[in-house]
Amino acid sequence: MRHEPEFADDLSALRTHAFSYRSLTWWGIIAFMVIEGAFFALAMAAYFFLMAQEQEWAPRPWSPPDLLAGTLFTAVMLLSEVPNTMIKRAANAYDVAAVRKLLPVMSAIGLLLVIIRGFEFNSLNVFWYDNAYGSIIWALLFLHTTHIVTDWGDTLVLWQLMKTPHGEDPRRLVDTDENALYWRFVWLTWLPIYVLIYWVPRLFR
Amino acid sequence: MKSAAERAKLPPADVPRDGPNLTGEELETKLSTTWSNPPGFVGWLSSVDHKDIGRRYVITALVFLALAGVLAIAMRLQLARPDNDLIGAARYNEIFTMHGTTMMFLFAVPVMQGMQIYLTPLMIGTRSNAFPRLNAFSYWMYLAGGLLLWIAFVLNVGPDVGWFAYPPLSGPQFGVGKRVDIWAQMITFTEVAALAAAVSLTATILKQKAPGMSLARMPIFVWATLVTSLMVIFSMPSVALASGMLLSDRLVGTHFYNPAERGDALLWQHLFWFFGHPEVYIIFLPATGFVSEIVATFSRRSIVMYPIVVMSLVATGILAFGLWVHHMFATGLPRIGYSFYTAASMSVSIPTGLQIFCWIATLWEGRPQLKVPLLYVIGFIFTFVIGGLTGVMIAAVPLDLQLHDTYFIVAHFHYVLIGGAVFPLLGAITYWFPKATGRLMSETLGKIAFWMIFLGFQLAFFPMHIAGIYGMPRRVYTYPAGMGLELPNMLSTLGSLVVSTAVLLFVVNLVISARSGRRAAPNPWGAPSLEWATSCPPPPYNFPHIPLVSSRTPLWDAGEKLPVVHGLRVEDRELVLTTVMSAEPDVREPSPEPSPWPLIGTVATTAMFVCSIFSPWAVLVGVVPVALALTAWFWPKSPRLSGSL
Amino acid sequence: MALLCLSGCSGAQTAFGGQGAEDANFIQLFTVFMIVCTVMYLLVSAALIVAVWRRRRTAMVVEDCNHQATSGVVRPALIGWTALIAIGLTALTLVGFFTDRSNARNGSHPQLKLTVTANQWWWDVEYDWADVSKSVRTANEIHLPVGIPVEVTLKSNDVIHSFWIPNLAGKQDLIPGRRTDAQLLPRKTGLYRGQCAEFCGTQHAQMALDVTVESKADFEKWYGAQLQTAPVPKTPLQLAGYRYITTRECASCHNISGTSAGGQVAPDLTHFASRRSIAAGTLPMNTGNIYGWVADPQSQKPGNHMPTIGLKADDLHGIVAYLETLK
Ligand code: HEA
Ligand code: HEA
Ligand code: HEC
Ligand code: CUA
Ligand SMILES: [Cu+2]
Repeated sequence: MRHEPEFADDLSALRTHAFSYRSLTWWGIIAFMVIEGAFFALAMAAYFFLMAQEQEWAPRPWSPPDLLAGTLFTAVMLLSEVPNTMIKRAANAYDVAAVRKLLPVMSAIGLLLVIIRGFEFNSLNVFWYDNAYGSIIWALLFLHTTHIVTDWGDTLVLWQLMKTPHGEDPRRLVDTDENALYWRFVWLTWLPIYVLIYWVPRLFR
Repeated sequence: MKSAAERAKLPPADVPRDGPNLTGEELETKLSTTWSNPPGFVGWLSSVDHKDIGRRYVITALVFLALAGVLAIAMRLQLARPDNDLIGAARYNEIFTMHGTTMMFLFAVPVMQGMQIYLTPLMIGTRSNAFPRLNAFSYWMYLAGGLLLWIAFVLNVGPDVGWFAYPPLSGPQFGVGKRVDIWAQMITFTEVAALAAAVSLTATILKQKAPGMSLARMPIFVWATLVTSLMVIFSMPSVALASGMLLSDRLVGTHFYNPAERGDALLWQHLFWFFGHPEVYIIFLPATGFVSEIVATFSRRSIVMYPIVVMSLVATGILAFGLWVHHMFATGLPRIGYSFYTAASMSVSIPTGLQIFCWIATLWEGRPQLKVPLLYVIGFIFTFVIGGLTGVMIAAVPLDLQLHDTYFIVAHFHYVLIGGAVFPLLGAITYWFPKATGRLMSETLGKIAFWMIFLGFQLAFFPMHIAGIYGMPRRVYTYPAGMGLELPNMLSTLGSLVVSTAVLLFVVNLVISARSGRRAAPNPWGAPSLEWATSCPPPPYNFPHIPLVSSRTPLWDAGEKLPVVHGLRVEDRELVLTTVMSAEPDVREPSPEPSPWPLIGTVATTAMFVCSIFSPWAVLVGVVPVALALTAWFWPKSPRLSGSL
Repeated sequence: MALLCLSGCSGAQTAFGGQGAEDANFIQLFTVFMIVCTVMYLLVSAALIVAVWRRRRTAMVVEDCNHQATSGVVRPALIGWTALIAIGLTALTLVGFFTDRSNARNGSHPQLKLTVTANQWWWDVEYDWADVSKSVRTANEIHLPVGIPVEVTLKSNDVIHSFWIPNLAGKQDLIPGRRTDAQLLPRKTGLYRGQCAEFCGTQHAQMALDVTVESKADFEKWYGAQLQTAPVPKTPLQLAGYRYITTRECASCHNISGTSAGGQVAPDLTHFASRRSIAAGTLPMNTGNIYGWVADPQSQKPGNHMPTIGLKADDLHGIVAYLETLK
């Protein structure tokens, strides 16, 4: 009972790439953002669960993390959205030259952030093995660091890729667009984590 | 060189495309070359064909079913008589842990995802999965996790703390040795696998439906797949976080679950069941999808009240996230809070009850034909409803406080898992077997196996309700004589022997029929959905032309000819992307070629995870090969400078 | 099912016993749920059988019937079914809720308080009084006076366990780092059995608890005896055993009041021989089993936390003789 075809629409004129929700990979990225977002949300829930066990947070004699490194990190993250938006616009405008110029900038920002992150770990004033408070603070910072590092790695690879003739393929511009989208996710999730790590232990003592 | 922007606007160049000029045999040879696996063993390992992956998933999962089933028989033999000493305490604890863990993580969830991976692209009329390499990676990760667990078991380092591994028993202080680490890493593997498969399925369903297949025309099974994939996406992170924290408690000395350092053992239970409860519907909802398809085909009647069935699936998926605490009624949380979870748990009966109504109404309105798949559906309804109703009983706190952690619960969940998921699965395997192999399964053997499984099941599991009420806790390797437990346990053991013989018979039927079953026409059951529009088994490219859909039952509504769209490239792998809601054709996108990198990536990841059990530094070192493998995986092969072709 | 239930249940550990207020509530509520669920089950089954049989098809014929049209009965049936489910669920939720309230009231004015602490794999039991000299410590057994509400504070020293005496009430977990409690209101005298219900490691299966519900007078008699310190050994054999226990390994784990044995990590042995069983229900109490246990606890309850010491026969005879005096 295999049917004979009855030809209807001709799709040969459709485009072969598209940005945003028309692209397949965009949906993949969104799905991964949802997964990681859920992961962060649950880690934050665990934070509050453990916090509810304590009279004080941070529990004495531990003092809350020092603000400098974390705040600097937050400032750089927020500023990085400027070149990030520029890349996103350039990709959407098929401006390969601009993308090629901006990707090293983003890579450098990534490096800077990773370095500051090292100082952040150093300013927590508690170790992960001290108590549950230390464990969850470290866990949040560690989780976010994996995101920073992955996206930084991603950006480095993309930068190398765009330098090759592959960069001329519009599909790679779609990739660039989506990489920029993911960066937004990385800094957006940082904001609540920043508050949980640096401010809640100050305010609830 | 033209700029990218200019190239994006170029008119289509002249490459071979399917259409009135290129159809029939000529088209099929061309498509075959494009979509086939590379030759040889390496080609086999590099396959990204969703049919290969799906088949591997299902077969592997069935092997795990057999392994875990053999463990179940061992448990039943030990429990056949009071004070039996066939299996010692420590060994018994390993066995039930392996049984539960294997059944839930290595059989039930993967087998459903395997069926979904195999069927979804065929049912929605597309050539491939959205992320075929991710899909292949998913299978390899699943296999690695399963091997890790079972090799450890054989080497006598299998886990022994139950399938939900409550700390502190599973923590560093009481769970000494590597047993629990193995368990927790196995969770990491399976959850990466499940998430990868779910992401790919979600994108496939949202973007690759055949032109015209709007959401409202999607087969129910595809709806069930979409809902369960989203459930996987929202629930798996919870167990990932939980097991990650358990591992770090065990390996680097954090204190998440350690009450002595202000951690909390109940944090684990909340995180685990926030995943664990949705998981049972992740197993159950695809099974209801099978049921909907089988009921419609065998009553030659499209499902009655389609919107209600779809809403039930969605409602169950949402409600599932609000009931986890019903596994924790005995932990002494505030009593008032419990009433909320009781009410929420019971409310799941409404969508489930409505689905059951729609199936019965479809049978009522149609002309049912009692073939083996439909028999399994009928067996499913008779059995599952008992399990569902006992679920409603234990959702009430005063009843659960008595029945919790007894054989009554064991009875409940085998009724819903076997009655609710395995029966439909066996029906589904019988139903889609001709699609995958080109041959029909033996009807006679099938009927014998069905009746043995159905009756043997009742004999094995009904008495467990009574054992539970008569005071038999679960997870005990032995029980004293004289408490009234002898008879129910003996019956259970006899029943389980019948069930396992029947499962064996089912497997024998599979093997015999795959070799010498009756050859199947493309649509042997006269079914309405698209997977039956192509040959049995389907060619690597699934469909010579992509169908154009204009109803919920395309094959019943098509006349002699099936409407199709055309104009896809045939010398490159290309897919049609359609819009999410109404499935208007939107973009033609290339689809990735076969690649060994997903497998190599899995090997690198496995090395990293396994070594991390022994030293946390392995993560830092191991991440390098993983990153290299992933880069190679995603690095495009040759630039397609051809712009908008 | 009735047949299965009748098939000889001795009834010492069953949720269908009803000897406690909470368990009596359980039986009532269970009956209500059974009735509603049976009705629903019969409805589903009947509809299914009729639906399949009504217009069944034996041959593969391609019908020309319309595969979309739905007859008029479906809609009203759907509405009726939905209403029925909604009513059924509301009723069940409400009776469940009120039963829960009633259970919560059982323990509102406790007249006796005890603390049960779970250990892998035995129960430590303390009867608490503000006046410490009136407190009593025992293991693996509880005695309760009939008709008196009791509050049990539950703690754990290691992993999660669950306190469950089905004849009296539902279960309650014992969680390290948290404090939970259970309320008991025994209504009938008798000998019952409780059992740990949360998996807690190797010997979870052998972690039972002997429960004696007795008249107030009997309870007071028992309690009075428990307040005594251990009797002084009389025969030379007993004395040898006494010496061994108080000076060697045993004393580092076990406590015997009135002697120098003051270990706190194992069952209190002060009145050991007055109990019904040995090692949390593993063996019935008798001379042979005491021998068996002390000589080689690991073969009696593999994996438990009392080591097999490898006692010489003389020591063993002495120890058992002394242990038997600890009534
Ligand atoms: C496929 C898997 C599956 C499914 C579908 C279900 C479905 C349900 N389950 Fe079950 N459950 C498990 C798998 C499943 N469960 C597992 C594996 C465990 C144990 C885990 C472990 O501890 O190891 C468990 C444990 C479990 C518990 C915890 C028990 C305990 O440990 O103490 C509870 C408590 O509320 C519960 C409730 C329910 C309810 C209310 C439903 C409902 O969804 C059922 C709804 C269906 C119906 C009710 C039948 C059809 C409806 C009608 C015919 C309408 C009329 C009905 C009425 C008016 C009542 N389940
Ligand atoms: C989908 C899930 C699933 C399935 C299908 C089963 C199937 C079975 N289960 Fe299991 N079970 C669980 C999930 C499942 N179980 C879970 C989650 C637990 C809780 C674990 C825990 O507490 O941690 C549990 C616990 C559990 C217990 C309680 C243990 C305890 O608390 O001490 C018992 C006891 O009887 C039991 C029995 C059985 C039996 C007899 C079957 C039978 O149906 C099995 C039938 C037999 C087979 C399927 C094998 C047939 C195959 C062959 C004969 C070989 C053929 C081989 C080749 C061809 C290679 N199961
Ligand atoms: C390392 C600690 C340890 C030592 C030493 C030890 N025991 Fe024990 N003993 C235990 C524990 C723990 C249990 C409870 C075992 C169980 O039921 O799981 C126990 C149980 C018992 C019981 C049963 C108590 C009951 O309530 O049923 C007796 C009797 C006993 N021990 C006697 C002895 C004697 C006599 C010695 C010395 C020869 C001894 N024990 C040495 C730890 C110890
Ligand atoms: Cu203690 Cu189980
Ligand atoms: Cu649940």
